[in-house]
Amino acid sequence: MPFSIQASAKGNPSLVRFEDVALRYGTGPEILKHISLQFDPGSYHFLVGASGAGKSSLLRMMYLAQHPSAGRVTLFGRDVTELSRPETALLRRRIGVVFQDFRLLDHLTARENVALPLQISGQAHGRSDKDVEELLTWVGLADHMDALPPTLSGGQQQRVAIARAVIGRPNLLLADEPTGNLDDRMAVRLLYLFEELNKIGTTVVIATHNESLVDRFPHPVTRLSVGAIAPSGEMAKTPAAGPGANPATAKSAAAVAGRESP
Amino acid sequence: MRRRRQAVPLDRDATGRYLPLLVAIMVYLAALALAGAMVASKLADRWDSGLSGALTVQLPAAGPAATEGGEGDPVAQQVVALLRDTPGVTAVERLDTRDIAALLEPWLGDAGLTADLPLPGLIAVTVDADQPPDLNALRRAVLAVAPGSLVDDHQRWLGHLLDLTWAIEAMAIVVVALVVLAAAIMVAFVTRMGLAAHEQAIEVLHLIGAQDSYVARQFQSHALSLGLRGGLIGLLCALPTLYLGRHLLQRIDSGLLPEMQLLPIEWSLLVLLPVASALVAMMTARITVLRTLARMP
Repeated sequence: MPFSIQASAKGNPSLVRFEDVALRYGTGPEILKHISLQFDPGSYHFLVGASGAGKSSLLRMMYLAQHPSAGRVTLFGRDVTELSRPETALLRRRIGVVFQDFRLLDHLTARENVALPLQISGQAHGRSDKDVEELLTWVGLADHMDALPPTLSGGQQQRVAIARAVIGRPNLLLADEPTGNLDDRMAVRLLYLFEELNKIGTTVVIATHNESLVDRFPHPVTRLSVGAIAPSGEMAKTPAAGPGANPATAKSAAAVAGRESP
Repeated sequence: MRRRRQAVPLDRDATGRYLPLLVAIMVYLAALALAGAMVASKLADRWDSGLSGALTVQLPAAGPAATEGGEGDPVAQQVVALLRDTPGVTAVERLDTRDIAALLEPWLGDAGLTADLPLPGLIAVTVDADQPPDLNALRRAVLAVAPGSLVDDHQRWLGHLLDLTWAIEAMAIVVVALVVLAAAIMVAFVTRMGLAAHEQAIEVLHLIGAQDSYVARQFQSHALSLGLRGGLIGLLCALPTLYLGRHLLQRIDSGLLPEMQLLPIEWSLLVLLPVASALVAMMTARITVLRTLARMP
């Protein structure tokens, strides 16, 4: 049964909500601290910051690979720490992820890699095969559908990874440096693909260090610096936050300073 | 239509290559143990039914004259008459000297019997198995006519033999159980190795929404195939051995041993062994994967 979007405890329909979240791996130092933000359904965000600023770790919590070590993360209205394993799996099907290292399965062809989310969610074969081919053609891999990832270039693998992330028409699309291995022309083309998905309701969050690319799009930017949301600059393109504000509200650490974690 | 490859490439694992061989050995042993149990069970049935309806009356050795003709021994005649009149007795056959000599020939040789060797008189009695005579009353009556005689219902001897066959059956069942346990441990071990070897692929599958049961299906279908393959190899190797065993038993040519002919249902049990090994492998793999993944964060 598909997961229903539920209102959070406070009646807020945010798709992604972080409340004073901190993250540390094991007993190491805090990678992220005092992160508070919320992304509404249908919004489009850039997450920028230098290497090591914590972008990937923030995304890891959004795709449920990591639970916060402090604070509260709510996805689709559900506190992530309260999800059972089956619920986590169902929720992940609504989240498309482009991993920084692609994470393609090397023994499967490009076509099979892209079809995997559909296969996992048990969607019918005939239609999905056609969707997979169309999508691979769109990302410029019509001639490489049956190629194994190790035989593809970095940029081609990245496009397979992007196709796999979007094939299931996720509600939330998370992309970690999705254009890192692409030339500018292909990078812009793919960001427009994300725009198209966004227009049909997908919430898009893109982590990148390529600020020149970000500048071409009128979407809010959340800036991370040394594990925290930078006190300035992060809202540069964000419209004034308020009820129903779209595309998004992203609150700075300063704005929520002092909030008690539940 | 294009055949979909498994999301977890278990067929490339070196550990999986040895599993069919190990399962084959297990199934081979299980097949021999099962066949042994079946033969032991037949043996027990045969002895039980063959001897429970029989009594032997042993008369004390008479003088040479009495043993000669048999007919002239008045005591023996009285005992035969008594037995024939006893309700529940269906047949009485007095063995003459030649019959007894034939029975003793394997031990004494054909030249060992001379007329002056005192031999006990033997009377073979067949009783109605459903309504047997009262054995104690019969013993008392026979003793009254022929003091020193012995009425043997073979129970002591039979009991020991039946104990032996039951022990063989029990051991065979224990062997089969141990074989199943060992096979399950092996499959669990190989499955754990597979989980560790493919940790990254499994993590990706989880991150794109796979349930634990999806991952388990990858492992269980692989284990099913390996278990079936190994089981068939083991059974194919066991058949010539069983044939050889049967051939050797038949050469003994003894009335004590049954025909080692397995019934169709017994053959089906043996043929089911590869199916059973495949199912054991599949279930073990599934349980191992689900339990291991459930412990993961």
